[in-house]
Amino acid sequence: MTDQAVTNSKDDILLEVKGLKKYFPVRGGMIRKGRGVVKAVDGLDFFVRSGETLGLVGESGCGKTTAGRTIVRLMDPTAGEIRFNDPKQGWVNLENLDRKQMKPIRQNMQIIFQDPFSSLDPRMTVERIVGEPLLLNKIASGQELQDRVAELLKVVGMRPEYMSRYPHAFSGGQRQRIGIARALAMNPKLVVCDEPVSALDVSIQAQVLNLLEDLQQDFHLTYIFIAHDLSVVEHISTRVAVMYVGRLVEVASTKDLYYSPQHPYSEALMAAVPKPDPGKRERPIKLPGEVASPINPPSGCYFHPRCRYAKDICAREVPPLREVFPEHWSACHFAGELKLRGIVGKSD
Amino acid sequence: MSNPMGTNGAGDIILRIKDLHTYFYTDIGVAKALNGVSFDIPARKVMGVVGESGCGKSVTALSCMRLVQRPGKIVKGEILLYSRKRGGASGKVVEEIDLTSLDPMGSEIRQIRGAELAMIFQEPMTSLNPSYTIGEQISEAIVLHQKVDQGEAEKRTINILDQVGMANPRAIFKRYPHELSGGMRQRAMIAMGLSCNPSLLFADEPTTALDVTTEAQILDLMRDLQAELGMTIVFITHNLGVVAQMCDYVAVMYLGRVVEQAEVKPIFYTPKHPYTQALLNSIPHAGSGVHTRLQPIKGIVPDPYANIRGCPFHPRCAAYMPGKCDVHVPAITRVAEGHTVRCFLYSDEVEE
Repeated sequence: MTDQAVTNSKDDILLEVKGLKKYFPVRGGMIRKGRGVVKAVDGLDFFVRSGETLGLVGESGCGKTTAGRTIVRLMDPTAGEIRFNDPKQGWVNLENLDRKQMKPIRQNMQIIFQDPFSSLDPRMTVERIVGEPLLLNKIASGQELQDRVAELLKVVGMRPEYMSRYPHAFSGGQRQRIGIARALAMNPKLVVCDEPVSALDVSIQAQVLNLLEDLQQDFHLTYIFIAHDLSVVEHISTRVAVMYVGRLVEVASTKDLYYSPQHPYSEALMAAVPKPDPGKRERPIKLPGEVASPINPPSGCYFHPRCRYAKDICAREVPPLREVFPEHWSACHFAGELKLRGIVGKSD
Repeated sequence: MSNPMGTNGAGDIILRIKDLHTYFYTDIGVAKALNGVSFDIPARKVMGVVGESGCGKSVTALSCMRLVQRPGKIVKGEILLYSRKRGGASGKVVEEIDLTSLDPMGSEIRQIRGAELAMIFQEPMTSLNPSYTIGEQISEAIVLHQKVDQGEAEKRTINILDQVGMANPRAIFKRYPHELSGGMRQRAMIAMGLSCNPSLLFADEPTTALDVTTEAQILDLMRDLQAELGMTIVFITHNLGVVAQMCDYVAVMYLGRVVEQAEVKPIFYTPKHPYTQALLNSIPHAGSGVHTRLQPIKGIVPDPYANIRGCPFHPRCAAYMPGKCDVHVPAITRVAEGHTVRCFLYSDEVEE
């Protein structure tokens, strides 16, 4: 949220994604033949600056998780470029690297998962879970490994004595801390956080969000923070990217996006956030119909069948993501012309 | 104990819960899911019940519906329903029924359930029967409770589907649950809950599984229907934003007890209980425009088998007073008109 973090220089970019696509084949019927594709991620262009938190938001099925997993190469992209500024190797294109080539780069790119119950192996002790990356990359072993794991557990606010226990002995919040400790073991540059707090109780969410903020300060981490909770994203992000049916519709600093959105879908999202203030009750913006299907999306702008500002051109032409104002990108034909409401804005 | 809503008699109360205890007898011990819950539900209002997982908010609703299954059991307390429907033609006569005295499988509760009390759940896919169409499921309830024939039930069903904002109610009538999107299924659930025109609807996290734009629309719909039909809604949620947007009154629960109860504005603007205060400080306030560090509540939500002496929140409380909070359970104290709290900061009164 800090404005100072948004500088206009291009030197401090850590990750750049160009035209990223990830399609999944749809099979069905008795004879297993291809029946089209799900365009889960359909051409993303964005960059992440070193030390910032880029929030990636959108509703279920919009492709935000697929985007995160493709970026760290847990999935192979269908097309596009993923460029990473590796501290040792410099700029590297990741999209075509094989497992072996990815290994040294993975040390600098880690991921934290949503569900702290299924992302930790129940048959491994905490020591093995957190220490495994160190062992596999031959960074530490024996007593040194134990010391390092103890240190990591302390960093995430857990008692080192717990390292011989198994995941079932811990609560959801503690498990998420274990997942964070594992991600930090290799001292990464970039951490993709995929819904890291959405499975946690309200009072525990705050503990983990504060921890993520502290760790970012202490270790100069860069986050891609994937979430559907717009309040949490506003709290933690420097900049925010909004996805709709596999595409980016808007990218801007958190403040610009929340208070002066430049895409009608972002406007609808902001109006829908349930504000914890009974004095600020708002009627939602009616979105007719359902979210478009990524198998058979509509023509032109994917949002046009639900958009209250749609004109003829919206059904014909795909609006490109363009820089409407400095550092503020929107994929709307009328971005900059429409007067859209931000999160607290009442209709004038 | 004084009347927490500040109302006289049962005039504008539809349900009064008094010292309700619901326990679950499991192999590893007794889980005291409800440990003395008391509150009044004002008629024709939306009452929010808020708390974290395991605080007993769902069990409260299930107890009122008499749907608590073995090994769960209501062991103590009263649930008084002030029934207007059964009280004569004018509707002015109010009959008091203690729901805890009814046989949970008996005909009396089955008449009340569905017709006067209804409940909708978080996950519509698991609450709708996958092998019947939406129309069959809703009209079944109407035939059962309203003594009308199949044709009339069908007509009413299509009407209700229209009311909950289904674009093409005749087509939806013939659809199976899997053919609908999450938001549509939740609308179908609501339609089913409303089908017999209940006076009291329990909504257990009805929007938690939905996307934010769909959630906003379902909340808006429920608000409209509530006003239109003069229905009472008990809205169970963990989301304080939803509470602020939806509710007229709020009960905050922690570990099987209501710790604070008031109208919605005092809960958000002048919260009294340290737990309510801590909850509000631990969430990001969307649209506040300032970045303040969140203040987490220390520790974790204790498991329901934990037998915490004194106030159940004391191990996590910022205002913990040794020798007091860890020994006695604070009684319900009135701090303002219609605002009650269970905390020694406001009274030394002890629950026996």
